[in-house]
Amino acid sequence: MDFFAFVKPKNELEGSAEKQQNKPFVPEEMWVKCPNCNTLLLTTDMEENLHVCTHCEHHFRMSAKQRIELLADADSFEEYDAELQSVNLLGFPGYDEKLEKAKKKANESVRCGVCTLESVRTVLCVMDADFMMGSMGTVTGEKITRAFEYATARRLPVIICTVSGGARMQEGILSLMQMAKTSGAVKRHSDAGLLYITVLTDPTTGGVTASFAMEGDIILAEPNSLVAFAGPRVIEQTMRQKLPKDFQTSEFVLQKGFIDAVVPRSALKSTLAKLLRMHGYEEVK
Amino acid sequence: MSNPANNNTYPAYEKVMAARDSAKLTAVDYIKSLFGDSFIELHGDRRFADDKAIVAGLGMLHDTPVTVIGIEKGRNTKERMERNFGQAHPEGYRKALRLMKQAEKFRRPVLCLVDTSGAFPGIGAEERGQGQAIAENLMEMMTLKTPVLTILIGEGGSGGALALAVADEVWMLENAVYSVISPEGCASILWKDSAKAPQAAEALKMTAQDLFELGVIERIIRQPKADDKAMFESLRLLVLRTFEKNAALTDGELIEQRYRRFRKIGTAHIK
Repeated sequence: MDFFAFVKPKNELEGSAEKQQNKPFVPEEMWVKCPNCNTLLLTTDMEENLHVCTHCEHHFRMSAKQRIELLADADSFEEYDAELQSVNLLGFPGYDEKLEKAKKKANESVRCGVCTLESVRTVLCVMDADFMMGSMGTVTGEKITRAFEYATARRLPVIICTVSGGARMQEGILSLMQMAKTSGAVKRHSDAGLLYITVLTDPTTGGVTASFAMEGDIILAEPNSLVAFAGPRVIEQTMRQKLPKDFQTSEFVLQKGFIDAVVPRSALKSTLAKLLRMHGYEEVK
Repeated sequence: MSNPANNNTYPAYEKVMAARDSAKLTAVDYIKSLFGDSFIELHGDRRFADDKAIVAGLGMLHDTPVTVIGIEKGRNTKERMERNFGQAHPEGYRKALRLMKQAEKFRRPVLCLVDTSGAFPGIGAEERGQGQAIAENLMEMMTLKTPVLTILIGEGGSGGALALAVADEVWMLENAVYSVISPEGCASILWKDSAKAPQAAEALKMTAQDLFELGVIERIIRQPKADDKAMFESLRLLVLRTFEKNAALTDGELIEQRYRRFRKIGTAHIK
């Protein structure tokens, strides 16, 4: 690609699109437009601001890698089960191609490991929207279940950052069964007297909402995230009516009593650390 | 009923149609045939309302008191409206959980009869925490210290069905289906064409036969007729025998067995 392409008017690059002529050309990598307030932000500014709009505080989606960097102390994240890979269990048409594409973007729908967070040791699972919209397949359920089993055996707390379009339909009933499996592992961890905190990020829906996302001792959410069981489109189709504007946002579910707090990203790590310490988990040297 | 796939090309979709057939027996019919006059209905979740999509109560299986919880679609238009077509709200799942906890307290086994296209997707259901209600059932059923048996008697629609199916054993009628999404929903999301539901039904592997092969259910049951007294008596004995087998376990063994049952599903390919 021509490095100086961005200084040329857009119509010179992509032929004349008349209505676009008066708009400046914005190369994708350098600038990002905030979907909430439409402000153009320098990508580097946005990234330095924890992927939050410097103008309106809209929280951009983060990859699992970025979120691990946000929460885990530097170089402390020790990943487990990274070798587990989704396969086309049922021979579902088109799934192999989808998986191949997804694997180019992210390793899996969730990354799990152990880390320190402000020097407190914890199991951390971070879902990744870049992998088939964080949908829950067999491997997702298995990794989360193993993370809880590991934490239970070592008496560690668990933090999960959720982002998910719901169950992965290409894995059929086996995907549905992950809801029961992960819930069982959460319950065992809970019965052992251990702390589980969920951090709901945009969007958290379907089978993930109806299982481990809603099973935390403490449930936090990032501002203005979609938190739903049935997604807004499904409800609109059923009800044949438009939904209220702020329906199913984290602020909405907070008001309805289903989460404990909405926490901005800038305060997330310190809030989690505080909660861990208050439950008696100590700093490691 | 019109059936776009009535040509044996898509046998799975024929099963879907059979599972949805409005003339088939519903949960209320099964409760009547299994428990007769001994059934006493118990209502309400003690928090918000009584959800008529879920019919629950106590009944005697021979000499054994049982807590029975069914999802009821209704047998005619008026009933179907009343029962919200068998699509439960959070209060329905909370009523079910309340009665399961009660069963645990009194050491009664629990029989769940599932027939739903799914948990209701609506504004009120979301406002009252549909996801939370289902999640809580999954968690609590996993460690319920009393035998639990679930029979899918028609449609098993996703999380709304699973919320009553974290059991020691899950059985299906030969014409029942159980799936993570309806074939119509799957086809419209993946292929932007809900008319491809028959193909989606095949791909989803949602028939009793498929699920038995996948190790998701323990038993397939012959489809009974309402007046088939012998069939219901054998079902009664089968249910009782399963309850007795599981009641003989210690609490720890029972819960470990239930956990292992779900823990192993779909892990064959995982190292």
